[in-house]
Amino acid sequence: MLARLRQWWQHTGGLELKDYHKTASTQQPVRKLSASTAEEIVIPLQQHTGQPPKPIVQAGDFVYKGQVLAVANGRISVPVHASTSGRIQALETRPIAHPSGLNDLCVILIPDGQDQWGDQGLPPITDYQAVSAECLHQRISEAGIVGLGGAVFPSAIKLQRPESSPSPITTLVINGAECEPYITCDDMLMREQAAEIIGGCLIMLQVLQEYTPAQGLNCFIGIEDNKPQAIAAMQTAIDQANDPRLKLIPVPTQYPTGGERQLITLLTGREVPSGSRPTAIGVLCHNVATARAIYQAVVLGQPLITRYVTVTGQGVVRPQNFEVPLGMRMQTLIEAAGGYTSKAQRLIMGGSMMGVALPSDQLPVVKATNCLWVSEPAVSNPPLPCIRCGRCAEACPVNLLPQQMYWYARARDLEKVEQQHIFDCIECGCCAYVCPSHLPLVDYYRYAKADIYAQREARAKADLARERHDFHQERIERAKREKAEKLAKHKAAAQNKTADTADKQAAIQAALARAQAKKAQPAPLSTATEDKPA
Amino acid sequence: MIFGTQTSPYLHAQLSVGQVMAQVIYALVPGTLVLLGWFGWGVVTNLLLSLSLALLLEALMLKLRQRPLALFLTDYSALVTGWLLAVALPPYSPWWLILIALVFALVIGKHLYGGLGYNPFNPAMVGYAAVLVSFPIEMTRWPNPELTSMAQLSFEQTLQQVFLGGLSYWDGLTQATALDTIKTHLRLGETVSQISQGSQFGWLAGHGWEWVSLAWLAGGLWLLYQKIISWHIPLALIGSLTGMALIFWLLNPESYSSPLFHLLSGATLLGAFFIATDPVSASTTPLGKLLYAGGIGCFTYIIRVWGSYPDAIAFAVLIMNMAVPLLDTYTQPRVYGTKGRFGS
Repeated sequence: MLARLRQWWQHTGGLELKDYHKTASTQQPVRKLSASTAEEIVIPLQQHTGQPPKPIVQAGDFVYKGQVLAVANGRISVPVHASTSGRIQALETRPIAHPSGLNDLCVILIPDGQDQWGDQGLPPITDYQAVSAECLHQRISEAGIVGLGGAVFPSAIKLQRPESSPSPITTLVINGAECEPYITCDDMLMREQAAEIIGGCLIMLQVLQEYTPAQGLNCFIGIEDNKPQAIAAMQTAIDQANDPRLKLIPVPTQYPTGGERQLITLLTGREVPSGSRPTAIGVLCHNVATARAIYQAVVLGQPLITRYVTVTGQGVVRPQNFEVPLGMRMQTLIEAAGGYTSKAQRLIMGGSMMGVALPSDQLPVVKATNCLWVSEPAVSNPPLPCIRCGRCAEACPVNLLPQQMYWYARARDLEKVEQQHIFDCIECGCCAYVCPSHLPLVDYYRYAKADIYAQREARAKADLARERHDFHQERIERAKREKAEKLAKHKAAAQNKTADTADKQAAIQAALARAQAKKAQPAPLSTATEDKPA
Repeated sequence: MIFGTQTSPYLHAQLSVGQVMAQVIYALVPGTLVLLGWFGWGVVTNLLLSLSLALLLEALMLKLRQRPLALFLTDYSALVTGWLLAVALPPYSPWWLILIALVFALVIGKHLYGGLGYNPFNPAMVGYAAVLVSFPIEMTRWPNPELTSMAQLSFEQTLQQVFLGGLSYWDGLTQATALDTIKTHLRLGETVSQISQGSQFGWLAGHGWEWVSLAWLAGGLWLLYQKIISWHIPLALIGSLTGMALIFWLLNPESYSSPLFHLLSGATLLGAFFIATDPVSASTTPLGKLLYAGGIGCFTYIIRVWGSYPDAIAFAVLIMNMAVPLLDTYTQPRVYGTKGRFGS
């Protein structure tokens, strides 16, 4: 109610769509797909944001389900695990789920059909309240858990003791908004696994508690109000957990409410400062699927080897959600959903607003794969010039002026684009959605951002080169100067020397003269003994 | 299976520039019908000539500029410009006046600047101002609604007036508008209440004009309801104009017309909802829109009361068009997570 009121007097932007196309894929319970029957499992090493892990297996090795295939390599890195038991066929580059269509290093695993866990796995920590935050933290890291909302940033790093953060974490925001049209994997997860999600929340609170004064810690779970079943299931789980820190808040259905910053502002009333992370205002945000993965890693000792994936759209026969082992070929999921219809023209990983279009279905499911949307052909509207109608500015959840950014980006006036705060753009696509001129606005911003980065890099390089040059010049100058100084000193010293010798000569002469004068005049007797030389 | 790849977002609202412009045209219909009821066939000839010439000139310029004809003709922006000029020019305007106005509007005001989306000035107002300063006699001779309705002046007579150099008794059918009368008579030392006894005055403003203005208002409110325009520009324009009128009227109601008179006279409401709201040449930020339209209201009042032209929407719009780049630069709204211009 309050959130609704807020929309009246404050610009929040966003889209309210007539149809979010979510019911098609929520009619049936989630179906579990088994990796054991798959022909091969292709596990890309780089499934997270950060450095790729280092492989520790070789072709020919036998691995158990959940066994580590590659270990974390560097600070921002997580290991990857085998989704099923079998033999490693090869470590080779394969196409991955990326719009570029480029290849990346993958572990090719041939399942043995047994799907057996080894005894070397992670030991379950059933009583997580008894262990230290450090221990939980390590578990979350070694289970390969990353943000499953789409950013795939290593979760353990977000849960680390804040080093330079000005304020301790006081609010844990659990994102169950799932605002993108078509995607329902979080919705189904909340309906079916609410208890595990809440368990994961409690574990995260346990970790944060060690870093934070206990009294101020809260956990807000935001769910869009178009998911009544998920809200009911989660509320039941919260009631069972009976923890006063947990609070479920239904939020209005509006894209992009599930954006991290948008949800935080909606739930806490505070804005995340531009250019900072939510931790700057003492907030940490995790997705519901991440919370569940954390629960599984800690309490059940299972690394992240499966995830919920929505397969939906006009292009598949029976839209549904699946629990999919990572590395399974996307084609298998499509077949499980009844195959393609005649309308299948585009395959998009992620949602209809921010997903990436994939060139083929022969790609492996990865940690970032929340949804496969097989859609009808795009309605192609030729773009017209911008008429500055301002619909984009009204739709922008960040309160930017997309029409102005477009104008400057088109003119390649990067300085002006930056003044328009382009780096606060979250590329949600609301502006391009509403544009009556059908301009690919987000593409312009991606281009401008990339260009500004390139320019900054070039400038940094040029600055470094100039600094080096200046230093070089300065060194040469200094060497010259020092040499000249030295020379001058030597010269002065030499002159001093000649002056000295002249003085000495004079003194000698004077002494000689005195001696001669003494000789010439006989010494008085009275002082003869005293003057006797010793 | 191999798929085509595009970039996000993949969903789009089904709204086009053509649809936006079409809505504006629908909203112009009620006002045009009332105008037709008062002023007769001259409104029809104005409209038909203006629309067909506008399409012709637009097509010609698109051809010259080697732009796709079908795509840009169906954005209907030329039709909106033509329609606005048709209702802004006095009914029974000679064909050449309309042509010249349209050449200034579409060729010089729009296409020489780069066509749709690139014109810094409101094209219709460029055309209007050009003929207003060039042909003041034709432009200030508005027909007397009592004598020129459809029943009184036939279509043949209208064609003769428009195409064949005019009816010999045309002068007898025209009169100065209420705004014009007020201005000239106030300078002769008369009071507002004396002047308002004249036949061209109705119950609030010019006889007949009040109804035309109210019909523009109805169309404008419909545009607001359809979210084709935002409330900022109409509200700020009406607010500043009536605000200024109120101050001077309260100071001396015998030398200054009432706010209601200013609101319902001339092109105030047409301007507030249909002309100043042209998105291309207006400011694009919320605060910028308020300042832009507020400026139009102020300049309109100043020129109406102290200037030498009876109405001033066209000049006021053109003046404020010049300020738009400046307004847009300095009225950027506070972006999420930033302090903004005036702190948080």
